[in-house]
Amino acid sequence: MFEQLFPNVNMEDIITATNETMYMTLISVAGTFILGLLLGLLLYLSGPGGLWENKPLNWFTASLVNVFRAIPFIILILLLFPFTDFLMNTIRGPKAALPALIIGGAPFYARLVEIALKEVDKGVVEAAKSMGAKYSTIIFKVLLPESMPALISGITVTAIALIGYTAVAGVIGAGGLGDFAYFYGFQRNDFDIVVICTILIVLIVFIFQFIGDFTSRKLDKR
Amino acid sequence: MMPGNRRTDHSLRCQILQGVTNTLRDERADNDEVRFSVLLQKSVFLLGVFDNGGKDSMISIKNLSKVFQTKDQEVRAVDDLSLNIKKGEIYGVIGYSGAGKSTFIRLLNRLEDPTAGEITVDDQDLTGMSKGRLRVARQQIGMIFQHFNLLWSRTVFDNIAFPLEIAGVSKSDRKKRVDELIDLVGLSGRGNSYPSQLSGGQKQRVGIARALANNPKVLLCDEATSALDPETTDSILDLLVDINEKLGLTIVLITHEMHVIRKICHQVAVMEQGKVVERGDVLDVFLHPEKPVTKRFVDQVMGDPDREHSLQLIHEQYRSGEILKLHFVGDTAGQALISDVSRNYKVDVNILHGKITQTQKGAYGTMFVQFQGEKEEIDRAISYIESTSVEVEVNPDV
Repeated sequence: MFEQLFPNVNMEDIITATNETMYMTLISVAGTFILGLLLGLLLYLSGPGGLWENKPLNWFTASLVNVFRAIPFIILILLLFPFTDFLMNTIRGPKAALPALIIGGAPFYARLVEIALKEVDKGVVEAAKSMGAKYSTIIFKVLLPESMPALISGITVTAIALIGYTAVAGVIGAGGLGDFAYFYGFQRNDFDIVVICTILIVLIVFIFQFIGDFTSRKLDKR
Repeated sequence: MMPGNRRTDHSLRCQILQGVTNTLRDERADNDEVRFSVLLQKSVFLLGVFDNGGKDSMISIKNLSKVFQTKDQEVRAVDDLSLNIKKGEIYGVIGYSGAGKSTFIRLLNRLEDPTAGEITVDDQDLTGMSKGRLRVARQQIGMIFQHFNLLWSRTVFDNIAFPLEIAGVSKSDRKKRVDELIDLVGLSGRGNSYPSQLSGGQKQRVGIARALANNPKVLLCDEATSALDPETTDSILDLLVDINEKLGLTIVLITHEMHVIRKICHQVAVMEQGKVVERGDVLDVFLHPEKPVTKRFVDQVMGDPDREHSLQLIHEQYRSGEILKLHFVGDTAGQALISDVSRNYKVDVNILHGKITQTQKGAYGTMFVQFQGEKEEIDRAISYIESTSVEVEVNPDV
């Protein structure tokens, strides 16, 4: 049955490609989470009414985020080739895709983090201040825990965008399901390979969405 | 405390000490047991006096101002305000919204930085403090809020433990203290609930427990009952009085409800346009409100829209005997005045209209009664009432 529907599919290759996609997604999600959180916190804290209200810093961070969000992902990869080469010593394979994925994903997530932090009740921050809390305490014990469900929803949305990005990166040689679909499916005219890759990517997206929704709901005690 | 009062206090203490010494020498108190119990009574009284003597200033505010600069104008939210709040006092600040009371209370722990002026809390100058020292000082000033401001991500227990974490209290001490506090505010068994599972009143109890965690000297209440229904408001106010008495905590509260002031405050200040326009003992302010804004607030609780109408009816219907207006002030409202009169004089007392209300300093209110009987008896009854501190007006005008 499977062989009849997908005559050209080699299971081993598919598994390798899926593993590459998972590798790129997981590492880039982790990297995006950290870098995006830092940028998002910086945006929020330096913004108007923030704990470290600082116009120049806020302007600088916002510009950085906006510029990188404006660059189309495929161009960003090309633009980052020298940087990737310097950092990873290669410009091919899943590892080489990581810098571009993280630098492409983090600004997007940073804006989501900023929105999540803005939703935290100002009164709670004020209450913490009235107890004599340090800024670091306010960040780690008030702002982040209170915005956690939104931070998780945000990283879920970002992760799904990143899965899309890995497929784009695949086309210029990063490996993974995108790579496989393009070179083995599209270029050789074995359309069944394109279909199986699509199914697998959709499946991965669903899994991420499910885990994200579940965690966010679990954490939300409101 | 005024210097004059302190002197009186001193001489009073000397007298009592003398009294205690005399008791010890007293020949008539031949029995050791009697002598001891008298001594004990006097000592307790003495302690009370000393306690009273220690009632000096907890918060002193001098020429405090806060100016907000908006695009087209400057707003003087607090304008050259000076106040003294004594240790162990419940001090109420009342005003309509926009009067600057909210800014005022936020200045007291420097959630807002003052534009000018000085704030001293427990002999520490808050205004000149560095950020680091201010954080430590803030642990001595608890605060509760209109919207509770609890962390929804933490349980009741962890919310109350939060200020202890900030103060660096060890985990085992934290647990002990939080359990104590949960009992104190009447939330036993709710430690593992999340704020979203609690009612408004319970949330405010958590807020109070959290504010008390580090054994503060002062509790600031920012419209703490304004989001609660009347019944819950009363139970929270009772809790505040309880805490004030048990822990000797100084409480500063701001509100727009005169009911709150009447129920728990010892002192009140009325704010309008950033200034204190009237202040004093709650009872005094109730009795003799001077400024129009104060009168409006007093009317909130004492206002009696039916009075005019029912006085007219009284004058039309009750033509025999005398109609009296009795004005109860403070302690005397506790006396059984009416039954005294009807028992001791041959007059029939008919209660026509009235309203008596309780404040922390005693009861206060007005009552209209009709006295029927012999003219002489009525006159004697009236002169008896005049001998008490109840004010009498015979045949008052409508």
